[in-house]
Amino acid sequence: MTVYLLKRLAIALITLVLASMVVFAVLEIIPGDPARLMLGMNASADQVELLRNQMGLNAPLPARYLHWAGGLLSLDFGRSYTYSVPVIDLVRERIVVSLPLALIALALSTIIAIPVGLFSAGRHGRAGDTIAMGAAQLGVAVPNFWFALMLIYLFAVWLRLVPAGGFPGWSAGIWPALKSLILPAIALALPQAAILARVTRSALIEVLNEDYIRTARAKGLPYRAVLWRHALRNAMIPVLTILGLQFAFLLAGTIIIENVFYLPGLGRLVFQAITQRDLIVVESVVMLLVAAVIAVNLLVDLSYAVVDPRLRSRQ
Amino acid sequence: MTLRFDIPEENFADILVKAFTNRSFLTGFVITIVVAAVAIVSFFWTPFDVTRLIIAEKTQAPSPAHWFGTDHFGRDILSMIMVGARNSIAVALVAVGIGMGVGVPLGALAAARGGIVDEVVMRLNDLVFAFPALLSAIMITAIFGPGALNAIIAIGIFNIPVFARVARAGALAIWPREFILAARAAGKGRTLITLEHVLPNIVTLLLVQGTIQFALGILAEAGLSYVGLGTQPPMPSWGRMLFDAQTRMVAAPWMAVFPGMAIVVTVLGLNLLGDGIADILDPKSRRQR
Amino acid sequence: MSLLEIEKLSLTIGDTPILRDVELSVAPGEVMGLVGESGSGKSITALTVMRLLPWAARATGHVTFDGIDILAASEDQMCALRGDDIGMVFQEPMTALNPVKTIGEQVAEGIRWHTRASRADAEDRARKMLDRVGLPAAQFPLSRYPHELSGGQRQRVVIAIACALKPKLLIADEPTTALDVVLQAQILDLLRDLVAENRMGLLLISHDLAVVTEMAERITILRHGEVMEAGDTARTLSEQLHPYTRQLAQASTHVPARPRTHAVGQDNPLLQVAKPLLQVDSVTRDYPGRRKSLLKRAAPIRAVDDVSFSIDPGQSVALVGRSGCGKSTLARMVLALDGPTSGTIRFRGQVITGKSEAELKPARRDMQVVFQDPYGSFDPRQKVEKLVGEPLHVLENKPTNTERREMVAKALHEVGLSPRDMDKYPHEFSGGQRQRLSIARAIITRPKLVVADEPVSALDVSIRAQILDLFAELNQKLGVAYLFITHDLTVARAITDQVMIMHDGKIVERGRTSEVLDHPQSEAAKALVAAAPDLHRAIARRLQEQG
Repeated sequence: MTVYLLKRLAIALITLVLASMVVFAVLEIIPGDPARLMLGMNASADQVELLRNQMGLNAPLPARYLHWAGGLLSLDFGRSYTYSVPVIDLVRERIVVSLPLALIALALSTIIAIPVGLFSAGRHGRAGDTIAMGAAQLGVAVPNFWFALMLIYLFAVWLRLVPAGGFPGWSAGIWPALKSLILPAIALALPQAAILARVTRSALIEVLNEDYIRTARAKGLPYRAVLWRHALRNAMIPVLTILGLQFAFLLAGTIIIENVFYLPGLGRLVFQAITQRDLIVVESVVMLLVAAVIAVNLLVDLSYAVVDPRLRSRQ
Repeated sequence: MTLRFDIPEENFADILVKAFTNRSFLTGFVITIVVAAVAIVSFFWTPFDVTRLIIAEKTQAPSPAHWFGTDHFGRDILSMIMVGARNSIAVALVAVGIGMGVGVPLGALAAARGGIVDEVVMRLNDLVFAFPALLSAIMITAIFGPGALNAIIAIGIFNIPVFARVARAGALAIWPREFILAARAAGKGRTLITLEHVLPNIVTLLLVQGTIQFALGILAEAGLSYVGLGTQPPMPSWGRMLFDAQTRMVAAPWMAVFPGMAIVVTVLGLNLLGDGIADILDPKSRRQR
Repeated sequence: MSLLEIEKLSLTIGDTPILRDVELSVAPGEVMGLVGESGSGKSITALTVMRLLPWAARATGHVTFDGIDILAASEDQMCALRGDDIGMVFQEPMTALNPVKTIGEQVAEGIRWHTRASRADAEDRARKMLDRVGLPAAQFPLSRYPHELSGGQRQRVVIAIACALKPKLLIADEPTTALDVVLQAQILDLLRDLVAENRMGLLLISHDLAVVTEMAERITILRHGEVMEAGDTARTLSEQLHPYTRQLAQASTHVPARPRTHAVGQDNPLLQVAKPLLQVDSVTRDYPGRRKSLLKRAAPIRAVDDVSFSIDPGQSVALVGRSGCGKSTLARMVLALDGPTSGTIRFRGQVITGKSEAELKPARRDMQVVFQDPYGSFDPRQKVEKLVGEPLHVLENKPTNTERREMVAKALHEVGLSPRDMDKYPHEFSGGQRQRLSIARAIITRPKLVVADEPVSALDVSIRAQILDLFAELNQKLGVAYLFITHDLTVARAITDQVMIMHDGKIVERGRTSEVLDHPQSEAAKALVAAAPDLHRAIARRLQEQG
């Protein structure tokens, strides 16, 4: 058990370090002098040089990497070129929108998908299954941002139930803030739920063909009980894998969806930064999201060990 | 995790018969062919010229002249969707090509050599997996600026670990089989065994994954173009059309509806095709039906 | 009054008829043996009684259990019967248990479900049941998971699940087929005791006539879904009135005619000067132990321990041992598919250990292999011509296409297949035919040694007899030496001159086959011989008991 955990942890750390090197390298090869960028075209060469020294840009490459990476560890991402404030402040401001959105979407998609998968596997081959899986097939094909546009048209423009976009801020109260996250969360969650439901169903059906399911049936357990007690837990491993991958997609998805709904999250921050060539912000947010993806994958690896006793004792 | 699958034992003729009696496959096949045909036709003919802006005809609702209406520059939406298909397919196809071309050899190599080679390949995989397509696109755009080529590279890079994983898992399921031992006893080396016995037996897995990644590629390209990181105007693309539609939702909803439907239909077709292939070639799934 | 009464049971799956007018009965406390080759419908018969059939199956006729009409019973009624009044044990113990639940949970689950007992009571009963099937609390607490148990131990858990509520009828479907002979004998003893203790009826399904004869008072012989013969076991098998019964019985004890058995060195001092074909010198193979923590590893597992032996040209040698004794590892090293940790292997005087694939080519020409699984040993994507001709790869002068086809045709002819089969795919052949293909592949380069790893254990008895004949014939005709790896003593007796008994990685006994099998010296050999089911012996014992 501990060996497995340590191995997964080591892998996650290695991946994180490698990823940070990639991000740093990208930062390095981008043309343009950040110091010059910050000071503007009118600054003298001396001024630029001074700032370069201040920013540590003249140090050798490994030293710069260590300095940068050390900064990341203490949540010091550097200063935004355009806003001239620490990047961490910008991130802190925006993450309170993006993170709740991703989490609500993840919860929503799981809550929808697992019961649908169970329902479909339980009625394998019958009409209910066919209809549910037809809907899922369609759901997988819908791009979330288009789905978002259609939702806006239906619920905001037509029915006027929710705002079409914008975010009042959590200071405006929990409900108004949540209300403006409902549509984005649905737009993110439904296509992901469709994928998850399909995976859940096929994992369950695969497990239901196993010998031990027959053993359980031979004990006298009815089909439903077998599905819940024996099949579901064994089917969790592929489901967890997909859930982990989905988190990455959801994070990426939030970036796009925030642009559809004009939500002031990390996604908006990134796109503004791209247009303003505020690269340190771009890199910081990318690094943050990459770290989140790695952390979630580690979590998934750990949850395998909870689900499967074989992993606990093996290597 | 280990992958288990049965190798189908059929002739090509049997498979064809099965293919054309399989509902998923047939529907998916027809849709895919139609989309591809539309894309090809767009090279020679479109109802209207998509490069000419006729402001006088801007944001017209669907009519017999413009079946899907016109956009804010007076361009015919149907024509733009046709040209956009070309673009979507090209981006997704090349991206799948990159993913397969690099990923499959890597995965097969990892499975054949095992040990340290396997470990290195898998760690590289983890690394790339940590950058979802959109993030790598953002990074690439940050360096080179936006454009269709960068979208291809971004999506392609993200496809590499997907194919590497599938190829590795498939190959690992083939390697312990007795026919591989028999080939080794006959004096064949790892490379020859991989080429002669392993790859032919995982082709179906790769084919199924290929259609899935193709569909995902189309979705990703649309997403990137929508946020302005993919195909650049004036080249029509489905994602860009949706971006243009967004601010005009109230006045011209058709601008959003039709390009979106084009994406849905194309992706649906490809997914059905993939499901169909998996159904036909995997005896296990057939037994379940 | 019978406990289970099957009358005129017919069954189809889709449009395929599986059973026709099957009649069978089991009385309380009686053991009924149901015998048949693969595809005879014996497992489907069992699943019909449990009503665990695939949904496409349609059954007609009558199945009455304890006065209940099984085919007409509701699913709720069946759930009440299953696991309570009827228990079932399956063939494959490795996959029959849920990997994510403890054995305690799995045994207690049925008890709780049927008796509504509290968790503590159910666990108490589960504990007693596990004790009864030979899994004492000290080594096998309820919290053990299936993957921590061996195959034989898992089968005991499955039996505990099936018998936890003292069912009136136990159905055992090939309960020992996946186990080696020693474990088989232990499990059969356990089943016999449980039947006697609880006056259970036992429906024992097996392909092995000897096993059924040892266990069952009455026997039903099934073929292609029809009952061929049924009746008292001893009488049915001693009289062998039905032609199919006779065929089965003869195939089970078949010994191929081998006019010239190989002259063994120690019998004929003149031959001792001949150089051995294969010489294995103090070969050891270790596998790294399981990692216990980051730095600590368990002691390495010694799969093969200081083994030395030699095989002369044309000699047929059996390597016999229980599962896990290291015989397959040894075979792989002989084939240079795996390297020993220490020791050397010489083939035709040349050292083959620690050599590169290129250096091994000459050895590979003269050394071929036949595997156990006739289904797994061919690439389903390639045609017979390519598969059978695969070893031609090692020839110094690569044959031309025409030469190659000629050689394949000849090899096919030698194993009793038609040269026209060359353009077929392996799935177009039956199991026995595939094993012939396997042999054709092995002899195409005219090797001096063929290593055969359990080459007949996956085959039905009648096919097995034919394949053994083929092996014997090729030994005579081509003078090829065999290393036969098997756990089945009848196979060793049928086809080999010498036998080596392997136990815990060591060769503990070697000698003439008949001598070792008739008068085993080592403990391991004695255990194997005592546990091996023998049809003649079993019939004789039954007749004796009945007077």
